[in-house]
Amino acid sequence: MADTDTEREKAATADAGKAGTAGAATSGNAATETSAASDKVEAAATAAPAGRTAADEGPRPRGLGPVGWLRWAWRQLTTMRTALILLFLVALGAIPSSFLPQRAQAPEKVALYFKQHAALAPWLDRFSLFDVFAAPWFVAIYVLLFVSLAGCVLPRLVKHFRAMRAQPPAAPRNLARLPQSATFETTRTPDEVLAEARALLRKRRFRVADGPGSVASEKGYAGELGNLLFHLALLGLLFSLGVGNLFGYRGDVLLREGSSFGNTLAQYDQFKPGRAFSTDELAPFSITLDDFQAKYELKGAKRGQATDFHAEITYRDTPTSAPKRYNLRVNHPLKVGGSKVYLLGHGYAPQFTVRDAKGQIAFRGAVPFLPQNPRTLQSEGVIKVPDAQPDQLAFYGILWPTATATPDGKQIVSEFPAALRPVVSIVGFKGDLGLDNGNAQSVYRLEGLGKTLNPIKRGEKLMEPGETFKLPDGSGSISFDGMKEWTSLSVNHDPGRLPALVAAVLAILGVIASFTVRRRRVWVRAGSAGDGRTVVHVGGLTLGNPTPEFDDVVAALRGTPADSAGAEPEKPAEPEKPAEPEESAEPDAPVSEDAGTPADDGPAKAAPTGDKSEQSGAETPTSAADDPADKE
Amino acid sequence: MPTADLANLSDKLMLSTVVLYIVALVAYAADLGFGRRREPAAAVRTEAKVLVGAGGPDETVTETAAASGPAEEDDRRRIDWARLAVVLNVLGWASHLGVILTRGLAAHRWPWGNMYEFLTAIAFAAVTAFLIVLARYRARFLGAFVMFAAVIALGVANIWLYDSVGPVTPALNSYWIAIHVTAAIIATGSFTVAGAATALYLLKSRREAAGPVPEDSVWARVPGVDALDRLALRVTTFAFPIWTAAIVMGAIWADEAWGRYWGWDPKETWSFVTWIAYAAFLHARATAGWKGRKAAVLSLVAFACLIFNFFGVNYMFSGLHSYA
Repeated sequence: MADTDTEREKAATADAGKAGTAGAATSGNAATETSAASDKVEAAATAAPAGRTAADEGPRPRGLGPVGWLRWAWRQLTTMRTALILLFLVALGAIPSSFLPQRAQAPEKVALYFKQHAALAPWLDRFSLFDVFAAPWFVAIYVLLFVSLAGCVLPRLVKHFRAMRAQPPAAPRNLARLPQSATFETTRTPDEVLAEARALLRKRRFRVADGPGSVASEKGYAGELGNLLFHLALLGLLFSLGVGNLFGYRGDVLLREGSSFGNTLAQYDQFKPGRAFSTDELAPFSITLDDFQAKYELKGAKRGQATDFHAEITYRDTPTSAPKRYNLRVNHPLKVGGSKVYLLGHGYAPQFTVRDAKGQIAFRGAVPFLPQNPRTLQSEGVIKVPDAQPDQLAFYGILWPTATATPDGKQIVSEFPAALRPVVSIVGFKGDLGLDNGNAQSVYRLEGLGKTLNPIKRGEKLMEPGETFKLPDGSGSISFDGMKEWTSLSVNHDPGRLPALVAAVLAILGVIASFTVRRRRVWVRAGSAGDGRTVVHVGGLTLGNPTPEFDDVVAALRGTPADSAGAEPEKPAEPEKPAEPEESAEPDAPVSEDAGTPADDGPAKAAPTGDKSEQSGAETPTSAADDPADKE
Repeated sequence: MPTADLANLSDKLMLSTVVLYIVALVAYAADLGFGRRREPAAAVRTEAKVLVGAGGPDETVTETAAASGPAEEDDRRRIDWARLAVVLNVLGWASHLGVILTRGLAAHRWPWGNMYEFLTAIAFAAVTAFLIVLARYRARFLGAFVMFAAVIALGVANIWLYDSVGPVTPALNSYWIAIHVTAAIIATGSFTVAGAATALYLLKSRREAAGPVPEDSVWARVPGVDALDRLALRVTTFAFPIWTAAIVMGAIWADEAWGRYWGWDPKETWSFVTWIAYAAFLHARATAGWKGRKAAVLSLVAFACLIFNFFGVNYMFSGLHSYA
């Protein structure tokens, strides 16, 4: 686990100039820095040269002219600190959406909220708090964030590609000063050692360059690359979301058993098109619901809980293609015509036949009832019979799929969601349904109750399947013919789905690479020691936590087995070696008691100098190496 | 074994887990309070040469071979707190594992189908993450805090969230529960350990700012701020990609089950907010002027978002993730 990748990122961003200004303000108290930063956000948001800048922001631009100001604003926008503030604002801005109903998700709840909070709601609406994710201020925040991100990442990308092609930097003069270093003598000639080092480092996939009497090498570019990939993938993700929002659509439709649905606008109960949606995108498929089955837990404390839903459907890709069958279940959507069809909900649709006063059938069919209680599926619905003569008829019904009386015998409840003993309570109304005035009506609610539509006296009845109820005033009859089920299907077409998935996967890979791969450099210098022997200096620098690879390299150069335990290449002078490097660590010394002390010590496995804190594993030296790496 | 017996065993093991954790908590606290102090370097040097590994890697214990009367006796007694704590902790962990396994076997499914099981699993992940940190970085000082969090979590799970073994709703009937929820559990457990280290970091840095820490105070047994800071960052950098993956896999699952990969369901919103907050922490950690206390506060804010995402979202809002 690389703990200091962000450090590396910092180093890298500092390179790229992003953290340039942020880094400049190293001191100063928290309050002024924060306010300064938020000032910058405002400045950036209005793209105007802000008059207010904190004093600790470095040299204030003076007489720069418009271009200078723009450049300054751009620099502010792309600082890490601005990005931080924007990140924070995005998080903060997303929060209201969980407390307030959102139009995109639940418009009916928004309407309800308006009713309940008549004074407050319009004000909230003025700030788009019912459409948070489409709100101008939210869009402004994330657009700024992504501009800031792009402004930071793209230059870094260019710089990183240059770095990947450039020669590894030449060896510093004093390799012993590096966080990882080793010195040893050998009988081989300097040229031999260097040639060996070159081969060894190349084999370890270092990029190698020659210097005077030295070899420079570098590897681990994947870390920064991963970091860049992660940020670019986020841009890709936003882009994919946008594509989906523009060109996609989503529609819901309720299907009764035996009925069909063709993918046209008119057939949807609810339809949400993307902004650039055109009806051409509706693939001409059709679906018939043959049978719907729900399974419920039969016993125990969870009796009545649904355990499985599946809908047997028949579908055609086009009106002329052959019908195909599909078992549509939750978690198993149907892919058809570039869209996906989902099983969303289900309920009962009791079948009724209504005859009017003349004895003519005015209505026959299955009427979807909406479940009121998911555990018992007690449902309610209305039957509208506009064709009844002379008066239009309507019925309000409550359905108990498994009807039983309450212990006191006064009420009926449903004790199980399956239709084991369905009972419907019917209340009859007559009058005018109000369907002719052109206003759209919900099919689940009666309008004009008590005004145009009046209850029929003693027009209430409990019915079981097969029963017929003659309305006492002679205005007709209703028969409860049987039970069908309905399912609600959701059809979703989202062209951004696949790109979003790719971007998300790349983002994960990127963040893992950026946290695990460290850029590291190794230098080898070989020179004559005078007595025919050769002195070899090896130095290593890692951005972040040093890796044991350096030790392996040194061991290989020396000619000792790389994995020899306790090899202490960088401390040849100290013969003391731990008997059990891992086990021996002093258990009472927690995570490197003091990170600062061993700054003078070598990195990697610390030599057991006897100091307790030194023995606490490979942790301690890390800190020693951190800082030099940062400043690199 | 019949399902009912397994479920029963699961509940019994839960009781023993909680008891073991509570005793481990006390032992960790005692270790922190009266445990062995740091010895002068010279004493350690002699000791280091006669190290005797005892027990597993989690409980290496040093003993001075040269018996030296009462001092050694004293030493032993102090060491025992640490040993006791770790042993109890590991036993509790095993029992906790048993809770989850028996529950899963009783229900014939992945044992994180409701809030009780989910919180139990998160507590397990946190304790596991702590044991790993303990083994790798010898961060025993965190023990009391992690045990405290685990006991609270298990207490809440048992008192308010308990639910008997049963099937899950069809929407949860997917192999994604093994992937998405597991990732969320691991990330949450790890973030909890990081949160404990961060909280300790803030307390310690405050204590250090107030003046030098006496040799024998509790604070002397807590490592320096740098070490705490690094530990917290390490664990966070481990958990963050997993959290990212959990969100992405949740989105993939949502696309299978609900017909869209992202719909700003309250859970999704708060997962996103949590993710942003941790991302902000990671960036702050790398930014001059934000490093240190400010970044630590951000990390705690992120952790608060995580906790809210768990409790607040499930009990305050009705959303698609309401499986309580």
